[in-house]
Amino acid sequence: MIAIIDYGMGNIHSVAKALELSGAAISVTNKKNDIAACDKIVLPGVGAFDDAVAELEKLGLDLLIKEQVRNKKPFLGICLGLQLLLGTSQEAKEKKGLGILEGKVVKFKTQSGQKVPHMGWNNLKVVSDDCPLLKGVVSGSQVYFCHSYYPDPDNKSVIAAITDYGVEFPCVLWKDNVYGVQFHPEKSQAVGLKMLENFVNLC
Amino acid sequence: MLSKRIIPCLDIKEGRVVKGVKFLGLRDAGDPVEVARAYDAQAADELVFLDITASFENRKTLISLVERIARNIFMPFTVGGGIGGIEDIRNILNAGAEKVSLNTQAVKFPELISASAKRFGSQCIVVAIDAKRQGDSWEVFINGGRTPTGIDALVWVEKAARLGAGEILLTSMDHDGTKDGYDLELTKSVTQKVNVPVIASGGAGKLEDFYNVFARANADAALAASLFHYQEYSVKQVKEYLKERGVAVRL
Repeated sequence: MIAIIDYGMGNIHSVAKALELSGAAISVTNKKNDIAACDKIVLPGVGAFDDAVAELEKLGLDLLIKEQVRNKKPFLGICLGLQLLLGTSQEAKEKKGLGILEGKVVKFKTQSGQKVPHMGWNNLKVVSDDCPLLKGVVSGSQVYFCHSYYPDPDNKSVIAAITDYGVEFPCVLWKDNVYGVQFHPEKSQAVGLKMLENFVNLC
Repeated sequence: MLSKRIIPCLDIKEGRVVKGVKFLGLRDAGDPVEVARAYDAQAADELVFLDITASFENRKTLISLVERIARNIFMPFTVGGGIGGIEDIRNILNAGAEKVSLNTQAVKFPELISASAKRFGSQCIVVAIDAKRQGDSWEVFINGGRTPTGIDALVWVEKAARLGAGEILLTSMDHDGTKDGYDLELTKSVTQKVNVPVIASGGAGKLEDFYNVFARANADAALAASLFHYQEYSVKQVKEYLKERGVAVRL
C-alpha cells in the first residue's frame, strides 16, 4: 500500500490514478497511523512553501515523515513535495523545510532571459544511471514542468537528473530511499508513468 | 530545451464539449474525456477547458468533470470560465487541473490574482486577456468579449504579471475566427512587455501561422480550437511542420 499524503495542497487525483495504473494499492490520507502503516509514501503538492509546511505541522506529519524516512521507507516528493525535503527555500518567509536533504530551494533568475515560471515540456539528462526511479528512462526524455523555484542540494551526489533552463538545475534527487522530482510525472504521459511504475516496483 | 506548446481548447457546457468536435471514431464526441484522450494521442502538450456555463449547479458538474479528466488523462490541463474566487480556484486545482484561467473576475478584482498566486503559486494562475484593436493600442474586453473596459491591454498585462499571474492567455478578438493567422503585432507587444509565458490565441488557420507566432512574435504556446476540432490539421501535423523549421517541439 502506498500512502499519498493529502494535506490540502493541490491535486492528488492524477497521482493516485497514475500509481494505480502500475498496480499499486493507494491510500489517500492525512492520518499518521494510516501513513505509518503503508510501505511507501508519496508527497505531492503545488502551492506556497510556507502554507505547505504549516499544513504538515498542523497535521503532525512533518515529524512523522522524517521518522518514516529514517526508517528507510521509500518516499517520493513531487514538485513542491520535493522542495519540502530541502532545508530552506527562498520562497519561504517564515518556515523551514523538512531538512531531509541538505540544501536550499532557489528561484530562477530572470536575468538569464528565461521566462519564469518554467512552464511546459523540457528534456531531462540522466546523471545517475543507477537511480532506480529512472530505470528505462533515457536522457532527452521530455517531462512536464510548472514551477518558479528549483532544488539546490548541498551534496551534489544526490542529483540523479538535471534539466537545462538557462541554468542547469536538478530535476531528480535521490538519496537512499528518498526520491524527489521537480516535474510532474503524473502529467508527463508515458515517461512519467514509467517513473511512477519504477517507484511502485521498488523493493 | 523548453518546447513550444500546442494547445487545443475545448468549450464546455454543462459538462459536455460543445462547438463541433468532429473526430472520426469517437464514441461520444461530446465527452470531454474522450476528446482529451484523442488529443493526448496526437501529442498535444496541454489542454484548455473553458466552461461557458457559469451557474452554481453547473460548477458542481464542472468539478466532477475535472476529477474525471484528471483520473483519465496524464497530461496538463487548464480550466477557465466563470471562476469567481479563491474557493473556486481551490476546488478546481484540488480536482486535478494544473492551472486555472482568470479573466473577467481578475479585471474586476485584480487582488484575486495576488491572493491566488500567494495561496497556490503563480505557476497555476493564468490570466486570460481578450484584446481588441482600438487605434494605436488594444483594449481589454470582459464578459466573454461583450464588455469593453477602457483598459489598455499592455498596461493590464504588465499589472497582471506584477500581481502574480504565471502565464498569459492572450486572445486577439480581431483575429479570432478569421483563420488569417495569429495577431503577431499584439502577441509580440505582449511578449516584450512581460517575462511570464504567453499563449497566443485567435486566428490559427494555416501551418505557417503557428511558425510565425513562435518565430516572429516569441509566443511560448499557441492555442487553437476549430482548426483541430474539425481536423483540418492534427496537432501532430502542426508539430512536424514546426520541427522541420527548427522550432523546438515535443513529438
